[in-house]
Amino acid sequence: MNADKTFTILDKEQLIPGQTSKLVVSAPQIALKAKPGNFVILRIAEKGERIPLTIADTDPEAGTITMVYLVMGKSTAMLDELDKGDEILDLCGPLGKPTHISTEAGTVVCVGGGTGVAAMHHIAKGHHRAGNKVVAVIGARSKDLLLFERELGQFCDKVLIATNDGSAGVQGFVTGVLQDYLENESDIGEVVAVGPVPMMAAVAETTRPFEVKTTVSLNSIMLDGIGMCGACRVTVAGDTRFACVDGPEFDGHEVDFTELSNRLAAFKTMEQAAHDHYCKCKCDD
Amino acid sequence: MTEPIKKKKKPLAPRVPMPNQPPAERVKNFEEVALGYTYELAVNEARRCLQCKKPLCVKGCPVEVPIPQFIAHLAEGNVGLAYETIKTTNSLPAICGRVCPQENQCEGACILNKKDQPIAIGRLERFAADQYVHIDACDLLTGRRDCVPVDPSKRVACIGSGPSSLTVAGYLSSRGVKVTVFEALHEVGGVLVYGIPEFRLPKDRIVAKEISALGLQEVEFVTNSVGGKTFSIQDLFDRGYQAVFIGVGAGLPKFLNIPGENQNGVYTSNEYLTRVNLGRAYDFPNYDTPVIRAKNVTVYGGGNVAMDAARTALRLGAESVRVVYRRTVADMPARREEIEHAEEEGVIMETLAAPLAFSGDDRFNLTSVKLQRMELGEPDASGRRSPVPVEGATYELDTDLAIIAVGTRANPLLISNEPELKLNDWGYVQVDEKTGETSIPNVFAGGDIVTGAATVILAMGAGRRASKCIAKRLGCEREGD
Repeated sequence: MNADKTFTILDKEQLIPGQTSKLVVSAPQIALKAKPGNFVILRIAEKGERIPLTIADTDPEAGTITMVYLVMGKSTAMLDELDKGDEILDLCGPLGKPTHISTEAGTVVCVGGGTGVAAMHHIAKGHHRAGNKVVAVIGARSKDLLLFERELGQFCDKVLIATNDGSAGVQGFVTGVLQDYLENESDIGEVVAVGPVPMMAAVAETTRPFEVKTTVSLNSIMLDGIGMCGACRVTVAGDTRFACVDGPEFDGHEVDFTELSNRLAAFKTMEQAAHDHYCKCKCDD
Repeated sequence: MTEPIKKKKKPLAPRVPMPNQPPAERVKNFEEVALGYTYELAVNEARRCLQCKKPLCVKGCPVEVPIPQFIAHLAEGNVGLAYETIKTTNSLPAICGRVCPQENQCEGACILNKKDQPIAIGRLERFAADQYVHIDACDLLTGRRDCVPVDPSKRVACIGSGPSSLTVAGYLSSRGVKVTVFEALHEVGGVLVYGIPEFRLPKDRIVAKEISALGLQEVEFVTNSVGGKTFSIQDLFDRGYQAVFIGVGAGLPKFLNIPGENQNGVYTSNEYLTRVNLGRAYDFPNYDTPVIRAKNVTVYGGGNVAMDAARTALRLGAESVRVVYRRTVADMPARREEIEHAEEEGVIMETLAAPLAFSGDDRFNLTSVKLQRMELGEPDASGRRSPVPVEGATYELDTDLAIIAVGTRANPLLISNEPELKLNDWGYVQVDEKTGETSIPNVFAGGDIVTGAATVILAMGAGRRASKCIAKRLGCEREGD
């Protein structure tokens, strides 16, 4: 039972130049066990912090997992400096509860925003494989920033698009598209939303009057990712739950999104300091 | 018949005090507080030992260290033999000498404890271990007799790399078993690494050394590997392991369940200590893991973990640190020494107080806590006087960092993925008390995942118990096992 000892980057693709990239990493053990909804925790350098990333796809036969990240702070900036052939220092997983996938869900509407589309992609694929009809709703500011449109098109029954500038699909937000779909279609078994907190909160409010089961995948701050520290705690239906072991998926109608976005801001100044320190150190080199 | 003439007893010398870093100095650094005995101090202390024929101290030790024997060697100045004697039953003496609650165990049982100060067994163990911690376990006194050749056909897996698993690894590998230890985090050592602060247990100098000594006994360590997630127990048997030891710790933190608890600035002790110890957040931004450095810190709980968190906060520059506890200092479950060290360093014991609610600013940051004044009422069933609220006596304290250290629950990660594993009424793994075997044959468990949050040495005792049974099954026990 030797777990993977090296995690080599086999492929890297810039999805949105300078902002979002996709990595295919060799991790046979994780690839074998990972299911839609799972995430990993990785560390890039000896002095690095542990950061969670959702698994966007797996290939158990090739022994690889795919991850998509947005360059935001120091750690993701460091990750972005790695290239094909480089190794990720630590990669731990698969973590979190897998998505609950019923084979009789009917139509599952998967809504994705930002890098959340990557996680949504894996969940949508799981539903498709289970024989459910999958409709994807993806959004971005403009056409060039849309992620996974082609991949989703390969197995989704429909891919509905919303862009802020109208350069692709409908002009507006994913919630507008979702609202239309909910009003016009009747066989919707479940709505899944992954993306920025305001988007997930808006999706939950959009579906609430329709009483459609709505699952959200939460991106709370994590440290160990194995249920030890409680940093990732979220209030769901009035109870404190841990995104890392009880989630990351919860009933969107029960999540306290205000608390979640407040908690996500906890380290903002320190993250900025770390990023500035990193940039300064790089300049000094 | 005439009474035999009683020999006049020599008055016993006082217990040799431990040299410590001065409080004013040590609050500014993460260096070890207790500096350790010198050779002279150790020999003097060892000579106080009465060498009882029926030593009670050994009975007080969960891993049955031959205490009088090792102390006799020290009294004669033979440190090497003393260390070797300790090592026959304890694979982590430099750690135990530092973090064991000796006052409740060996030293608590010491016959001298009845009328006088007990022998400083822990300090002596630490002294002997420290003299040899730089020497590889197998090379000790060149004999290499502890390192028997490993038989690759005898394989045992340990899940978790804390003190219980390390004990299993030490015991079984010294009997020729190939042991693999799986750890979920990126560093090996479990609570010794993420939980216990550097100033009480140095990571590189002590923990890493004891672990690398196990490496020389061909123990294999696999990090980033989560039991119940990366692999299942069945996967381990499928891969040829003949027995599995579960030592995953307790995990899931408990909360106070009061309003405002999820605000920024309220940490669990696990989060706080993991950020600082495992993530080296004290060296942010050189290390990337951040931690809140606050002015007024309040810590909730009265155990060793609460003391560790409070003393860590002082070292990170807090102006005031208060340990809030419902009862009195005398009732605190922490080791006396830790409480004394904390008080010397300036930690305020805010006793007979219970938290009611946390308040924060409009940016969700913690600013204050409302406390309820308590008093001790009638003794409860356990004979302990239970704290009761003093009516109307509430007060408010400024606090921008609150650390909750009120214990843990069973971590669901492994156990929820192993439905065959029977749990006890408290949700911990149920084991046969004599062997540590679980409801799954050849799967053993020990440490906090069985007992709930307890001590390093109790976890090691459980590891030792399971090891004996596993060794017997694999036919590799030694004489005297």
